[in-house]
Amino acid sequence: MAYSEKVLDHFHHPKNVGTLDKSKKNVGTGLVGAPECGDVMRLQIEVDQASGTITDAKFKTFGCGSAIASSSLATEWLKGKSIDDALKIDNMDIVEELALPPVKIHCSVLAEDAIKAAIKDYQEKNSIAVPAEAATV
Amino acid sequence: MKRVYLDNNATTPCDPRVVQAMLPYFTEKFGNAASRSHPFGWEAEEAVDYAREQIAALIHADPKEIIFTSGATESDNLAIKGVYDMYRSKGNHIITVTTEHKAVLDTCKHLEEKGAEITYLKVNDKGLIDLTELEATIKPTTILVSVMWANNETGVIQPIKEIGAICAKHGILFMSDATQAVGKIDVNPREMGVHLMAFSGHKMYGPKGVGALYVSRKNPRVKVTAQMDGGGHERGMRSGTLNVTGIVGLGKAAELARLEMKSDMERIVKLRDRLENTLANSLEEVYINGDPNHRMPHVTNMSFKHVEGEGLMMTFNQNMALSSGSACTSASLEPSYVLVALGLGDDLAHSSLRFSLGRFTTDEDIDIAIKSIQDGVNHMRSLSPIWEMYKEGIDLTQVSWSAH
Repeated sequence: MAYSEKVLDHFHHPKNVGTLDKSKKNVGTGLVGAPECGDVMRLQIEVDQASGTITDAKFKTFGCGSAIASSSLATEWLKGKSIDDALKIDNMDIVEELALPPVKIHCSVLAEDAIKAAIKDYQEKNSIAVPAEAATV
Repeated sequence: MKRVYLDNNATTPCDPRVVQAMLPYFTEKFGNAASRSHPFGWEAEEAVDYAREQIAALIHADPKEIIFTSGATESDNLAIKGVYDMYRSKGNHIITVTTEHKAVLDTCKHLEEKGAEITYLKVNDKGLIDLTELEATIKPTTILVSVMWANNETGVIQPIKEIGAICAKHGILFMSDATQAVGKIDVNPREMGVHLMAFSGHKMYGPKGVGALYVSRKNPRVKVTAQMDGGGHERGMRSGTLNVTGIVGLGKAAELARLEMKSDMERIVKLRDRLENTLANSLEEVYINGDPNHRMPHVTNMSFKHVEGEGLMMTFNQNMALSSGSACTSASLEPSYVLVALGLGDDLAHSSLRFSLGRFTTDEDIDIAIKSIQDGVNHMRSLSPIWEMYKEGIDLTQVSWSAH
């Protein structure tokens, strides 16, 4: 299977790899997937609490090229977004941007789950009412 | 950049000497081996007979025991279905193993739907079957035992001689898929008590689209029911115009293997061991899958923990070819059933790579492979959250993962 140029670019030059201090109150961490499924994504956001804007995002992913590219792209999109806008990121946007084939759609689903899980963690830490949409994750 | 090919269990390149031997049979000597009335047919038939002798010499068999097919999948089908149809009146029970190739497993599944009873033996953590369990599984209705000579993913070699002895003791036919063994190590079905044996041209430096089935002609004389109707070629067992060019190629490949496999393998096993030892000693958390003492000399299957195999391959797959037990490239998310059958956790199965070396593998190839794997594993671990957690001392089995 050939990978799209964009997947290859994110894979070979991943954006925002790293770890944020998860003990900080304004950092939300989402850890999704499982080693036995071949995919684990950890996505973290740092939020400016005054404005509710995501100021930084980092990821680490165990998985195939498409999983790494999906999480790399997700961190790029998250930076500078408000929490509300971040919650609107849909897995199909990732599929489209990276031209993922059908067998790799689950990678984009995992990235969306990771975003929602990170936001949920941030909101719970800060006792912000979790919107129903995110609570279902 | 030099491209490195370490996927010889998937297919081997044709040896140029094989291609040279084949070429005249496309153009000048194009006759149908079944044309008995003119020289075009005679020279084709002569070429087929010669190839049959070359192949028989490789496996210490009688030329009449070689049935030409389109490849090992067809040979597996013909052997198992052919025995089932021929000996159905004696019983309907077949014993095979969970780590067999799909050509055997799917054939058995097909027969199950037609009324066969199939026992799938488990393997231990080294990939080997338990002989006591095999013998205990035999019953009066057992007509066939099908156990592969060497596994395609791990290279593990089953105790063929011991299995052959058990089958002989109970008067049961023994079939072995020897696709990964013939032409690589000395394979002698008669001595091992194997009555039917499948193998293929393109795994031994011959062309694709041609293979053979060894069918024992004496002690016992085995018959299989043809699975295709037609002109009654190959003594009625496999109809269809013989693939003369392919057969000539398979014959030449067999001859080269007979003459060169010993020296080839002496060289290749050193390369394999250097690759394996260097990687195992220079990287943390490396596991070798399958019994290292009962293994093909050109194969190693290794897991690099906390790194996903397909992702790892992507770091170098522009210039190096090998296989992964991670199933991320297929539609299913299940990792290799062979590795799972060895009791590897799914996580280690996802982290596995299979290296299969060959006649044309060089020292330089191994240097490149070692460097590429080291760089790739280190890079992927720097991206891996579970590697980070492992390094922090977190017990990953205690994490509540969200399986998907």
